Amino acid sequence: MSFAYPHGPAVLRDVELAIQRDEFVGIAGPNGGGKTTLLRLILGLERPQQGSVRLLGEAPERLTKRSRIAYLAQRAQLGIEAPATVREVVTAGRTIARGPFRLLGAADRAVVDEAIGRVGLTPLTTRPLSRLSGGQQQRAFIAKALAGEPEVLVLDEPTAGVDVEAQAALAELLEKLHEELGTTILYVSHEFGAVEPYVDRLVLVSGTIVFDGPPSELPAPWHDPSHVHS
Amino acid sequence: MRLAFASGTVVGLLAPAVGFFLVQRRLSLIGDGIGHVAFAGVAGSFLLGISPLTGALLASVGGAAGVEWLRGRRKAAGDQALALLFYTGIAAGVVLVSAAGELNANLFAYLFGSILTVTRSDVVVVVCLGIAGLIVVGVLYRSLVAAALDEDAARVSGVPVAQLNVFLAALAGVTIAVSMRIVGILLIAALMVLPVTAASRVAWSIRSTMLLSMAIGVASVLAGLTISYYANLAPGGAIVLVAAGAFVLASLGEALLS
Repeated sequence: MSFAYPHGPAVLRDVELAIQRDEFVGIAGPNGGGKTTLLRLILGLERPQQGSVRLLGEAPERLTKRSRIAYLAQRAQLGIEAPATVREVVTAGRTIARGPFRLLGAADRAVVDEAIGRVGLTPLTTRPLSRLSGGQQQRAFIAKALAGEPEVLVLDEPTAGVDVEAQAALAELLEKLHEELGTTILYVSHEFGAVEPYVDRLVLVSGTIVFDGPPSELPAPWHDPSHVHS
Repeated sequence: MRLAFASGTVVGLLAPAVGFFLVQRRLSLIGDGIGHVAFAGVAGSFLLGISPLTGALLASVGGAAGVEWLRGRRKAAGDQALALLFYTGIAAGVVLVSAAGELNANLFAYLFGSILTVTRSDVVVVVCLGIAGLIVVGVLYRSLVAAALDEDAARVSGVPVAQLNVFLAALAGVTIAVSMRIVGILLIAALMVLPVTAASRVAWSIRSTMLLSMAIGVASVLAGLTISYYANLAPGGAIVLVAAGAFVLASLGEALLS
């Protein structure tokens, strides 16, 4: 597929990509290379001018039961000023999966508690997110995504504003979730050092796909994303 | 006075409950815009000979849904859509009210509230619509919170965010029309915003923010109505000043606690 924004140059050209269930895929590349655009095309937020996209076997804009997809946006942060607690944020993720008119029962609350436990935030359940560190906030958002029991977890630049130690901890957490839950994970970032040991495949995007394979086969210069242009 | 207290209690609960979501989504000024359109609705009702409440309801719900449609389709940026609402509403109101020959104290009562104009039938309508509004907020609470927390993620996962936004705007329209007798259509937006911002200063969760803001809303209305009755002041102004006082106290409390 190929894509350009209205009145703009082509952002992506001749992209061919297939992601299997249960894969943990890192999508990386330089800033402006088209990673986020590729993600938006996969999620159905944009439509390609040429070619097509299938998500879980369907056109993404017509996907039934969209709660099978959980999306952690770039620079995920609370959209509200009220002091949202960890439990309230994660419960919102469960609400999204269950629908607007269904009351949440004991089973749903158990799923919420399990999601909070999986990311190691049980002792901080009643704490407002504003009083957590960047890494802890990111974990809370991942728990929110997990509370919907998604088949696909999509993370766009999840380590923005997070220190190196927290990045490594996040990568380990994602690997653990991938192993235990079998969730398909798409991890989009301009830096992939932290997740490189864990991903099944690495896809480098710079206007088109320039590399698609195991991280061990990545040419050495391309471990620095700025070199992907050359 | 009892009639005013009865409808005022419902207004004091409903306005912050709806205003909570407007504040969280940084749409605090939309209440003002809808109020201006409600003014046009009241003015139109004078001309058409229908109930001012009906005129205000139709205009504010229609105007609110319209501005949200404009924003959602990106036909106008958020502030441009609000500006359209503000200026068109007030201009239409002034033109219609002058055409109806009603530029008098009667109009003042709708703009700033008046205890004496609350009738029994008004109370019935206000209480019924108000309770219906509170039930709707209760039913959609979790979805509205989910959409407010992270609109992108909610949209990707299938939450009908655009429809929720239009619905919320329409609910704001109902709140404003219902509240105009007590607080006045030019000040009701303050009752939707001030209790929420006051509660945010001292609350410890989303739920406590919502509940505290409703408590502050009711307290502001009842205290404001009492002051207005004994001091012969416009109730809308008295209510909003009490709510503003609550915000100042809450801010002091936050400063002391931290």
